[in-house]
Amino acid sequence: MVSALGIQLGVVGAYLLVALAVGLLAYRLTSRDAEDYYLAGRSIGTVVLLFTTFATLLSAFTFFGGPDLAYRAGPEWILVMGVMDGVLFALLWYVVGYKQWLVGKAHGYVTLGEMLGDRFGSKRLRALVAGISLFWLFPYVMLQQMGAGEAIVGLTNGIVPYWAGAAGITVFMIAYVVIAGLRGVAWTDTLQGLFMLGVVWLAVGWVATAAGGPSALSNALATNKPEFLALGGGLYSPQFIISTAITIAFGVAMFPQINQRFFVAKSGAVLKRSFALWPVLVVLLFVPAFILGTWAAGLGISVPEGANVLPVLLNEYTPVWFAALVVAGAMAAMMSSSDSMLLSGSSYFTRDLYRPFVDASLSDAREAWIARIGVALFATLTFVASLFRPGTLIEVGDTAFGGFAQMALPVIIALYWARTTRSGMFAGIVGGQLFYLAHVFVPAFEIAGITVLGGTYLTWDFALWGMVLSALLTLGVSSLTAAAPEENQSRFSEGLRAD
Amino acid sequence: MTRTSIDYLWIVTFAILVTFAVPWFLWGDSRVFAGLPLWLWWHIGWMVLAAVVFHLFTRRAWDRGIVEGGR
Repeated sequence: MVSALGIQLGVVGAYLLVALAVGLLAYRLTSRDAEDYYLAGRSIGTVVLLFTTFATLLSAFTFFGGPDLAYRAGPEWILVMGVMDGVLFALLWYVVGYKQWLVGKAHGYVTLGEMLGDRFGSKRLRALVAGISLFWLFPYVMLQQMGAGEAIVGLTNGIVPYWAGAAGITVFMIAYVVIAGLRGVAWTDTLQGLFMLGVVWLAVGWVATAAGGPSALSNALATNKPEFLALGGGLYSPQFIISTAITIAFGVAMFPQINQRFFVAKSGAVLKRSFALWPVLVVLLFVPAFILGTWAAGLGISVPEGANVLPVLLNEYTPVWFAALVVAGAMAAMMSSSDSMLLSGSSYFTRDLYRPFVDASLSDAREAWIARIGVALFATLTFVASLFRPGTLIEVGDTAFGGFAQMALPVIIALYWARTTRSGMFAGIVGGQLFYLAHVFVPAFEIAGITVLGGTYLTWDFALWGMVLSALLTLGVSSLTAAAPEENQSRFSEGLRAD
Repeated sequence: MTRTSIDYLWIVTFAILVTFAVPWFLWGDSRVFAGLPLWLWWHIGWMVLAAVVFHLFTRRAWDRGIVEGGR
């Protein structure tokens, strides 16, 4: 056991160090492009854009949370994530992403807050959007630390405690940002994405072979968990599938690290290619990852308290070093995704909050330092919060996505409806957030037999109702109010030129 | 066909792509093919179809609804 532990920790430690070194090297070799990226000069090409966006799929939410859910509730999670990420998000990629890219190119915007603040002539709106984004980014970064902690518990069978895994990834996250600068991230995302895609298919092949082939595995499932083979049932109602897919898809489009990518593409062709490849990449990653969780349920794998199913399954059916390699790869990928989140988060902080409100004459060098300190502080706070384990990976992630999703419809309305007013934006964004926050933080109660602030209304998730409310408020208040004199109503419609 | 009717055609196409990414007509079905549930095979095939349709969209209709005078 001791030697197995040695191999596990050796492989994980070595992989993380190599990943760090590659990041550093990538930063040194590509410093000019990366410089552009930090300044968000619109210079990101297809492969890098596709994979840095893809790398956000390699978060703890999908890579550890997804298999856990498939293990507990069945493989239908593949459908939820497929509809959400493969189709709905791809469409938003066009509707929100391409439009934002054109608008950003015409007026030089780098953040969502900056774009909206300029259109509606309001520094406050800019700060509001940045503030809400940072607020919901917090649980999502925390989720990565929770995922790492649980993965280490699963891999070492609880010998290494949860906090040590979470602390480890925090240290690497901060080191990555401070040593490699805020810059080599996009590049290493690409390498890590390819590595993980390869490794997860190897894992499927390995487990399938060791357990007697896919047919034997589905027979085991039919014997032990027959309800898992049938579509639907248990957790998976049509309402659950639809509301989860919709809220996550719209939430993803408002994520700082995703939304900012909409501004940095080099050309429209880059966005086009990524758009068409998206559904295939999604299937290539999600099907093997979640099927592994499902198989584990059929094989009767028992997962220790507070651990992920994936490392436990791999330990059982593949060599120790391979299981450790998968976990290490996933942790490194999560680390690099977290760094893109922190990178975008820090640019929201410095550009939309610090510069407009604290020090407008901030020098670039000072800004870089403030960003780094901010990142270190943010990552430390999320680490502390991750120790309290406020929910499962899926619950925490879902809450964050839902929070971002409340901003999506006001933003889309503003992008396409020139009569949207500043008051309409404030009403829609603030209203949606208040509604959502009340449901997340205030316990449910009953009035005249109707549950208020519960998980659903008429069987549909409250996050979906919040989105409807935010849209109605934006439309309603906009049609009742007149545009303020500082507003630029034609900002999002005139002067847009395709390539 | 007019510009607007082509717009609607694309919107309907996308709506169908979203709706049937989940094979609702196989609800409760537990048939297995080659070791995986039948409904999962439908989903995999549908996503490949989505990629093909998206590719066609980028070739023939990109800019539609966003840039004035787009294709």
